[in-house]
Amino acid sequence: MHLLYPAVVSALLFSVGVYGVLARRNAILVLMAVELMLNAVNLNLVAFDVFWRDRLHGGQVLTLFTIVIAAAEVGLGLAIVLLVYRNRQMIDVDRLRDLAEDRAPGKALDPPGEATPDWVAEGAS
Amino acid sequence: MIVLASLTILLPFAAAFAGMLLGPRLSRLLRPRKVEPVPGGGPATTEQAWWRAAITAERSPLRNGPALLACLPLALAAVFAAIVAFTVWRSPGARTGTLTLIETGSVPIRVGLQADGLAAVVGLMVCCVALAVQVYSIAYMAKDPRYSSYAAFISLFTAAMLLVVYSGDLLLLYVGWEVMGVCSYFLIGHHWEDRANSRAAVKAFLVTRLGDVGFLLGILALGVGAKSFVIEDVLARLSEMPHATVTAAAFLLLAGVAGKSAQFPLHTWLPDAMAGPTPISALIHAATMVAAGIFVVARLYGVFVTGSGVLTLLGVLAVVSMVGSALAALAQDDIKRVLAYSTISQLAVMAAGLAVGADTAAIFHLLTHGAFKALLFLAAGSVILVTGSNLLGRYGGLRRAMPVTFWSMTVGLAALVGLPPVSGWFSKDAVIEAAQHAALHGDPEPQGWFSATPIPETGPPPPSITQFHGGALKAYAEANFTQVNWVAPPLPGWAAWLVYLGLLLTVALTAAYAVRLWLMTFFGEQRGDFEPREAPKLMTWTVAALAVPAAIMGFFGGGAEELRPHVGSALIALALAGLGGGAAFLLWNRDPARDPARVLGPVRPVLERGFYVDELYALVIVRPVRAAARLVVAADARGIDAAVVGAAGAARRLGGALRAPQNGNPQTYLTGLLAGVVVIAAVVVVFL
Repeated sequence: MHLLYPAVVSALLFSVGVYGVLARRNAILVLMAVELMLNAVNLNLVAFDVFWRDRLHGGQVLTLFTIVIAAAEVGLGLAIVLLVYRNRQMIDVDRLRDLAEDRAPGKALDPPGEATPDWVAEGAS
Repeated sequence: MIVLASLTILLPFAAAFAGMLLGPRLSRLLRPRKVEPVPGGGPATTEQAWWRAAITAERSPLRNGPALLACLPLALAAVFAAIVAFTVWRSPGARTGTLTLIETGSVPIRVGLQADGLAAVVGLMVCCVALAVQVYSIAYMAKDPRYSSYAAFISLFTAAMLLVVYSGDLLLLYVGWEVMGVCSYFLIGHHWEDRANSRAAVKAFLVTRLGDVGFLLGILALGVGAKSFVIEDVLARLSEMPHATVTAAAFLLLAGVAGKSAQFPLHTWLPDAMAGPTPISALIHAATMVAAGIFVVARLYGVFVTGSGVLTLLGVLAVVSMVGSALAALAQDDIKRVLAYSTISQLAVMAAGLAVGADTAAIFHLLTHGAFKALLFLAAGSVILVTGSNLLGRYGGLRRAMPVTFWSMTVGLAALVGLPPVSGWFSKDAVIEAAQHAALHGDPEPQGWFSATPIPETGPPPPSITQFHGGALKAYAEANFTQVNWVAPPLPGWAAWLVYLGLLLTVALTAAYAVRLWLMTFFGEQRGDFEPREAPKLMTWTVAALAVPAAIMGFFGGGAEELRPHVGSALIALALAGLGGGAAFLLWNRDPARDPARVLGPVRPVLERGFYVDELYALVIVRPVRAAARLVVAADARGIDAAVVGAAGAARRLGGALRAPQNGNPQTYLTGLLAGVVVIAAVVVVFL
């Protein structure tokens, strides 16, 4: 099989993943898009491993690593998503803007933590 | 010897620190009688309260911690200084010793002392006057809340002056010189609650500092030229150094001398320095500070006699100072300002003596002046304490109530005028005689002490030396004789005549203002509102004790040929003194209730303000400097500061613009990141 096919497929997969990460609002779909990107990489690794006829099969070994890491990452990501959902009953990525700087003039320099955000209070109750 | 000399310096130095740290604590331990201190000290209270406090303080001097810490080490130092002087007198010759050597990479600094005749007699004088001032201050400063720091600073001041006197190294001398400057600042501004006093202190500091810049440069020029800062080496290598270097160094040193010794044009700080307590004036005017300038000229006389230009300048400055300040003293209302101007005048007499080559006579006059000017200031302090006023116009008729002060002050004023047989007559006459000789014969009188040739003299001393018989001054003479000897070049004829005539005019003016002071203080009717009585005993006794050297010190100079009275010049000077004093007496006698200075008429305000020199300086120097300072402030605020503030604002605005993309949406960030990666990749692909 020509190297071109898996390369094109993986490029498409990666592009779909990038699009998903950048454009989806649902956090779970974003995580899935990340999985797509990782798997595009895996596909590349396996394809080039075969292409180079590597005696030690470094590409395949690395793929196993990537799969393990992806599993762990997805576990962690889903846990975060779960917590976010519990706290605010929604998982829209573009509405989770608490890390943004407060745009009110002069407030940016104030020490943080003056007022407890309402979602923290809700989560505690 | 050197150990004794260093102990003489270190004892007051240690006393200063002990007094500063432990004085009040020791006082509490000894439980003195309580005197309620008043901010501003004695002059801020009524004379009754001041007098009572002084009496209380003098009755328990042994329970006064700061006083003990100040007086006892100083008394011990005076004993050591006397031993040094006695030893030098018994076996003349300079003793030098190095305490430590500081390697600097180029010219090493030798921390060494030098005890020769000059240092020994001046050191003894300094210790005695400082001791008198300290003892006197116990009573005088009784009302003062900061007596402890005051006494400690006097100790430090004395230690610094002794360091100047005994120093064998130019840089060490400069250290003492500068410490004196800062001590004078602290002491003149002792009553800093009054803004005028702290301004006077700043003025004294700045004006003397102006001269010190020249002094430091002069020292460096000498030290680098001679490759050594040791005074003996510098003087020995003068002939090897380029003439221009030595002349430049002499002019630079002269600036420092004019500043410290309050000679025209840097004399303006001295009358204002009267803002300090009266004993401080006694100390500054008699023993320390102003004496240092004259002393340094005598110590480095070899540098000054290498060219007649420096001596001519010194002589001209001296004439301007002595005549001008004597005229100014005529018109002053404040007793301390009269004495202050008389100090400038008398220092100028010494400077004139140095200019005409009579350095022995000048130092002799320094010593007698130290005695009688300390006496005059301390006696004036007694008068101020009793009357509660500085103004001559409020005194009068104190003769009967204050007999001890009256007679002491009479001796002091007689010495100031130069009446025989008190000390001032001998020393002033010696200076006048030397000036007369320079004017008439055109060459300086051969001096026993610095005579012969500029090469070290090793032969037997000439007969005139062997005729010396007695006095520490003789020791000074012989001690210096074995060193390198210098001949002062003759002054130009006009300068010598100027100095001579200036001296004679000063004698007449001195007599006039001294008689005016004497008559207005002690004779006539009482004009002020106070109870006439004698000052506390501790003060009057100190003054009376100082009257002894002021009266008889002149005879100690009899051992030296050039210090003996000469009939011709003495008669002329006496006649002129009689003329000036007589004129003042006749004017006063016409109406004893009024000031004899009234006849000066429209000239009087000019003299009273010291020829408007202060105003002139304010116009020529202070105002341009202030304008320049304002310019600098404006440039700083509108240029440099504005640039800095503007940079901060610009950075903040730029930061605000960059903050806009940080909206909290991670997808936006990622988009930016990806776009950046794509751009970089594209650039790499296209261009590399």
